[in-house]
Amino acid sequence: MRALLAMIHRDLLLVMRRKSEVLTALFFFVVVTSLFPLGIGADAALLRKIAPGVIWVAALLSTLLGLHRMFAADYQDGALEQLVLSPQSMVLLVTGKIIAHWIVCGLPLVLLAPVIGIQFDLDAGSLSVLMSTLLLGTPVLSLLGSIGAALTLGVRGGSVLMSLLILPLYIPVLIFGAGAVYANSVGLDTSGHFSLLGAILILALAFVPWVSAAAVKIAIE
Amino acid sequence: MWNSPAEFFAMGGYALYVWGSFGVCALVLLLEPLVVRARFKAIVHILKQEKLAEQFDREGSQ
Amino acid sequence: MNQENNSAFSNSRLINWFKLSSPSTFYPVAGKLIPVFWVLAAGFGLTGLWISFFVAPVDAVQGQGYRIIFIHVPASWMSMFIYLVMAAWAGLSLIFNTRLSAMMAQALAPVGAWMAFLSLWTGALWGKPMWGTWWVWDARLTSELILLFLYLGFMALQASIDNRRRADKAGAILALVGVVNVPIIYFSVKWWNTLHQGASVSLTKAPAMAQTMLWGMLLMALCFWMYSIAVGLMRVRAIILEREAHTDWVRQLSEVKI
Repeated sequence: MRALLAMIHRDLLLVMRRKSEVLTALFFFVVVTSLFPLGIGADAALLRKIAPGVIWVAALLSTLLGLHRMFAADYQDGALEQLVLSPQSMVLLVTGKIIAHWIVCGLPLVLLAPVIGIQFDLDAGSLSVLMSTLLLGTPVLSLLGSIGAALTLGVRGGSVLMSLLILPLYIPVLIFGAGAVYANSVGLDTSGHFSLLGAILILALAFVPWVSAAAVKIAIE
Repeated sequence: MWNSPAEFFAMGGYALYVWGSFGVCALVLLLEPLVVRARFKAIVHILKQEKLAEQFDREGSQ
Repeated sequence: MNQENNSAFSNSRLINWFKLSSPSTFYPVAGKLIPVFWVLAAGFGLTGLWISFFVAPVDAVQGQGYRIIFIHVPASWMSMFIYLVMAAWAGLSLIFNTRLSAMMAQALAPVGAWMAFLSLWTGALWGKPMWGTWWVWDARLTSELILLFLYLGFMALQASIDNRRRADKAGAILALVGVVNVPIIYFSVKWWNTLHQGASVSLTKAPAMAQTMLWGMLLMALCFWMYSIAVGLMRVRAIILEREAHTDWVRQLSEVKI
């Protein structure tokens, strides 16, 4: 447990020293969501309709941008190898890294989303559903993303390849997350969406750290 | 079932779609093994070249 | 005496399976099997095509255009089946640390990808006259598209890692993660949209189509299956040669005799 907290603390400390990286990913989120009205037109009704999908897709892409940071820096300077060799459970350390990534990449998205939502003229109900789905979904994005990040460590063109590998896996989260907001806006029941999102989160929490730890070990060999 | 070859090829007006499907399928199922065969021949060729090179090396050093 | 013979027999059979997992013993066996599967593929294919064009009746609603189903459905089935087989081989390679299992997974990926492509292509050509558009975002086609992405991702990952053993293991993890996700993805896409006609061929309920159509589809599916095995074995032989190039047994091969 202490190893977990230590890992989170370490990663957060490292990020704080290079805040610009984090801020650029968030900027990306804001810029991308602003592109859609510019490309499609400012019709309020249309924007309200596309808002959940647009915001969710932008969240996916922003998460992808920040994923390489999870392992790459440590891989390059040899720290990752030391972590693998350490007596601490790699699964625990990887979980720590994922939590740190979520705090830095996912949580700000959850907090920023209502602001973007207002830009798209979403009402308060939709905004709260949006925030809740992002709250449940962004940890899954960090979790699944860690697998891609670990598999493509040190590979040429790794970031693009990683996106190719992970985006299909993100699709269920996208469908249920954006779907919940849309369903809420037309007055349908969203409990199904939320239970499925919750189920995916639990499944991911249960299995992904083991998979990512195995992937990291394979990359280190 | 088909009254004439012309009718068969016309496929009741769906010729483009039916033959487009079966045609591309046949193309893929023919080309893929050919590509694999080319890959096989390429590696065999490389191996033969390596063997020749070794033989020349051996003869040269004698 | 009898018991000794029995245990010797069963021992030798046990050894035989693991011997087959060595590239040097599998290579000639695969070579002998390939023509068998080509013959089977041709046989099933010809009978399947015969039924598709000359036995199966015209559809009341869709006219002659429905005949695309005899490629579309088998290609879809194969694309999903091959992904399972590929993931199984990849899993075996992780568990038993065998190179050949990883090579089998590597050999099957392109075949599966082509099957997924054919499913999408024929799906589009079927959809245009039937529903008016080249592409419909229904559950089946969208899941098929995602399956193609999964295949391409697997192939891209293997191609981009230089160290073969690392590529094998990384690919295996990706394939296993993919195989777990495919049902989740399929369910979520189905949840998202259900336009496609409901599964008219299922194991539990009676098929909603004429018997002849069913037979046509099954025969074509068998044809594609035999084809996939044949091409898979062909490709794995090339992969074996490429990866085992500097071993003695490869150098002694008759193909490489100068």
